[in-house]
Amino acid sequence: MKPTDIKDPEYFHRVVDCQYACPAHTPVPEYIRLIAAEKYTEAYMVNWESNVFPGVLGRTCDRPCEPACRRGRVEEEPVAICRLKRVAADFKDDPRAHMPMGPFPANGKKIALIGGGPASLTVARDLAPLGYELHLFDEQIKGGGMMRSQIPSFRLPESVLDEEVGYVLDLGVHAVFNKYVESMREVLAQDYDAIFVGTGAPKGGDLPRLPGRWDAPDHIHIGITWLASVAFEHTTKIGKKVIVLGGGNTAMDCCRTARRLGGEEVTVVVRSPFETMKASPWEIEDAMREDIPILNNMPPKEFVVENGKLKGVLFEKVEAVYDESGRRKLIPTGEPDVFIEADDVLIAIGQENSFPWIERDLGIEFGQWDVPVLNPVTFQSTLPKVFFGGDAALGPKNIITAVAHGHQAAISIDLFCQGQDVAKDRPAPTVNLIHQKMGIHEWGYDNDIAGDLRYKVPHLEKKQSLHDRKLEVELGFDPATAFREAQRCLNCDVQTVFNTSRCIECDACVDICPTSCITFTMNGEEEDLRTRLTAPANNLEQALYVSEPLKQTARVMIKDEDVCLHCGLCAERCPTAAWDMEKYLYQVTKAGQGCNTTLAV
Amino acid sequence: MTYIKPKFRHPELPVNAVGYARKDYEGAISTLCGGCGHDSISGAIVQACYEMAIEPHRLAKLSGIGCSSKTPTYFLSNSHGFNSVHGRMPSVTTGAILANRDLIYLGVSGDGDTASIGMGQFVHAIRRNLNMVYIVMNNGCYGLTKGQDSATADLGSISKGGVPNAYMPIDLAGMAIELGASFVARSFSGDKTQLVPLIKAAMSHQGFAFIDVVSPCVTFNNNPGSTKSYDYVREHLEATAAVDYVPEKEEITISYGEGQTADVELHDGSRLALHKIAPNWDPHDRLSAIQRLHVAREKEEVLTGLLYLSKDNETFHQFLHTVDQPLNTLTEEDLIPSQEVLAAINADHR
Ligand SMILES: Cc1cc2nc3c(=O)[nH]c(=O)nc-3n(C[C@H](O)[C@H](O)[C@H](O)COP(=O)(O)OP(=O)(O)OC[C@H]3O[C@@H](n4cnc5c(N)ncnc54)[C@H](O)[C@@H]3O)c2cc1C
Ligand SMILES: Cc1ncc(C[n+]2csc(CCOP(=O)(O)OP(=O)(O)O)c2C)c(N)n1
Ligand code: SF4
Ligand code: SF4
Ligand code: SF4
Ligand SMILES: [Mg+2]
Repeated sequence: MKPTDIKDPEYFHRVVDCQYACPAHTPVPEYIRLIAAEKYTEAYMVNWESNVFPGVLGRTCDRPCEPACRRGRVEEEPVAICRLKRVAADFKDDPRAHMPMGPFPANGKKIALIGGGPASLTVARDLAPLGYELHLFDEQIKGGGMMRSQIPSFRLPESVLDEEVGYVLDLGVHAVFNKYVESMREVLAQDYDAIFVGTGAPKGGDLPRLPGRWDAPDHIHIGITWLASVAFEHTTKIGKKVIVLGGGNTAMDCCRTARRLGGEEVTVVVRSPFETMKASPWEIEDAMREDIPILNNMPPKEFVVENGKLKGVLFEKVEAVYDESGRRKLIPTGEPDVFIEADDVLIAIGQENSFPWIERDLGIEFGQWDVPVLNPVTFQSTLPKVFFGGDAALGPKNIITAVAHGHQAAISIDLFCQGQDVAKDRPAPTVNLIHQKMGIHEWGYDNDIAGDLRYKVPHLEKKQSLHDRKLEVELGFDPATAFREAQRCLNCDVQTVFNTSRCIECDACVDICPTSCITFTMNGEEEDLRTRLTAPANNLEQALYVSEPLKQTARVMIKDEDVCLHCGLCAERCPTAAWDMEKYLYQVTKAGQGCNTTLAV
Repeated sequence: MTYIKPKFRHPELPVNAVGYARKDYEGAISTLCGGCGHDSISGAIVQACYEMAIEPHRLAKLSGIGCSSKTPTYFLSNSHGFNSVHGRMPSVTTGAILANRDLIYLGVSGDGDTASIGMGQFVHAIRRNLNMVYIVMNNGCYGLTKGQDSATADLGSISKGGVPNAYMPIDLAGMAIELGASFVARSFSGDKTQLVPLIKAAMSHQGFAFIDVVSPCVTFNNNPGSTKSYDYVREHLEATAAVDYVPEKEEITISYGEGQTADVELHDGSRLALHKIAPNWDPHDRLSAIQRLHVAREKEEVLTGLLYLSKDNETFHQFLHTVDQPLNTLTEEDLIPSQEVLAAINADHR
């Protein structure tokens, strides 16, 4: 193998599993250390820089960081990264002193932001301090998009959302609410320098051809429309017996909301097996805790309506069969159909993009499923001044993805407005490495690896929370528990940096490493090397760190990054400081930052 | 801000034939200087015991005084241990072996502990052919007392103190062969591929198995001018043969060129496969071993590998005609002759 190029900013980025997995690349270990130090406001700001909505995301994020967390590879469960983010938001002081403060000197450029969800708000947050005049339009009464219309208050209190949407709008955004943009042609006709489309994926899936669908329309609802109607208090109750169709997170929000609006027997029915349900495991768990049964392998066959009144739904029984190519088919088992009574049915079977307001002769091309044709890096559409982001860009995802798109689109819009090339002139991320040695057995980070298992977030009593849809179910960690949970973090951003010329091949690092990461051996191809290491190296997603040939034996040092605990013992034991622990900070470039990659090795 | 070994280990570490993982053979975190060769030897001992699937409670580790003699704390925490006084490990081991012949005895000593204060003990342990593994962690100095030249320091070798050593060195391996030790090897702490199989072979051997392991003292004797530094040793390494330890039931699969591979049998049925054997050396021939050592000294080589292995040898318990049962398990009943037996013995003397 070739020696690893640690000057490549992406090399160590991959080692920080959580940050790498986060679409917005939030420096997770950095904020977790700040929480452990009770510096909640600073921890909040680290988040705010990266993901704009720490309080919201600390409650609702899809948390791709957690399955990626290294801790999950050395013990049972990852660090509660998401819930620690909430801790920063819960215990911070007023963060506004640390935020950019307008009015900002105008740069003469005007941008339209269509839609007021997390994607548009992120573009606004990034561009406002640069002096852009920002006009944001949304058909809802307040900003936040689906964070407001879809995510129920028992998961996300309105006050948290208002606060964080407010921080963005207060930067001087001209927001126009209750305004549905009906024509892109009209927007283009105005003097905007660029237009950002962040209108989400607003069309809820339906079962238009299922028998009976249109026979009792008042009691058969589209899940996301119904949730929005609940959020804006147009709907305040539901029948006693409710069926929710679908196995995703929307279905989980629908059934739990129904429980709070008078649903006593709420049942989720999913056409496919439990294991393949799209909903996050914790959402499923929360629904089940609220006495909501989940029935699987039952596709709906018919809405049973008698005399104009909904009676229930008839379901077929199927089983999942996989062919050689791994494709799934749901095959009827031949068992009798199942009838379930219902007063109301909520259809929660997916979402789609929909752009009825964008005329198709403007030069904005659309591809399959009515998704715009975009450059995946710049988010620029085929009409250069129009950019897309969030669910509007790639179909329904989640908030953190919308935020990540927003950052990238803001960079593009800034470059575009400054006459630069949106692809070629994109600035590289900034990275730096900072030496952590402070003395004998002393490092600039807490390298004692806590053995604690993951702490659970306490919940409000069920009876109470089912009574009021606005009461938040999760109570969040208290500071003491937050500290203990924070201590579970392995500080994967404190990197093991190897200096070949210093190594005397004494094996001290090999002998001390608790997780057998280090091997000195003759070089070879990666496939072969992976079979010759001190411990099995089967996780191909994790890199092998390879040194230059060593002075005394011409062997190389190979470190499997997979389960390194970042405990620093290799550096502690190394007599020549050939190993050093260096804190690596990777920051995604933001709009307005010049091209400055610094790497201090 | 701590110096504690985390409890997590590699999640996919295998277990050996008796169900233990490598970590079950580890000890407390070392307090030796980082980079000390002794730590690598500890690592090799852990590796060898894990691979041989020794049940930890079946082994006793004994040592004298010195950095080297501290190492038993850093391996095999689940085994028996005795940290004796300076140079007295052999006599304590003698007593232990007498009392319980069933344990595996691993003696750990230093070049000071063995070649200076413990020399008398060492030679008699060899004469008695104690059934033990005797490892000297040889760094050419008294590490624990700040690096004074030891009796194994080469003539003219310069330690951190800066004064060339004025005395001839004692070659412990040569001496052991001379005195009739039944298994003699030399190795280097920085070469686990050789050291691990040698330790395994030594543990399979019945009788006194001596391994002189060159083990750099990174703090006091790893400087230019020293003949026990990492780079000097690596530059002057020469092996009698490459060694592979082959457990009892396994077939030897590797085969080298004709005339270059030999297979020496150990007492428990396992074998050492020797590859690329040096010319004019026969592991069973004491004379050739001594001669090979002399040639190496002349050429300034650090000769490692198996040096000598006797084909048949009697051990301490055989010399003494003791019973097979460990003496410490004999009860009063076993030890005190019955009236009739006593009468018969007395009758013999009348
Ligand atoms: C039930 C449900 C629960 C969810 N839960 C979570 C969760 O827990 N965690 C998570 O990360 N994600 C969750 N999501 C997904 C998440 O809400 C979205 O991925 C995210 O909000 C997308 O952000 P966006 O900015 O792209 O668009 P949106 O948030 O959809 O915002 C688009 C906005 O544009 C407005 N708009 C649309 N067209 C026009 C127009 N022509 N003129 C003016 N305004 C317009 C809409 O009214 C809306 O306010 C959930 C989604 C649903 C449906
Ligand atoms: C009876 C006695 N005399 C002297 C000492 C002082 N002393 C402690 S360790 C040591 C030498 C150890 O050298 P070595 O066995 O080579 O061990 P190393 O530290 O080099 O591994 C001496 C002389 C002692 N502890 N006890
Ligand atoms: S920091 Fe060093 S000693 Fe600790 S687990 Fe990683 S490689 Fe091993
Ligand atoms: S501890 Fe340091 S000098 Fe020794 S082998 Fe490891 S990196 Fe090299
Ligand atoms: S003084 Fe020398 S022998 Fe003792 S621990 Fe340090 S390096 Fe090892
Ligand atoms: Mg010594």
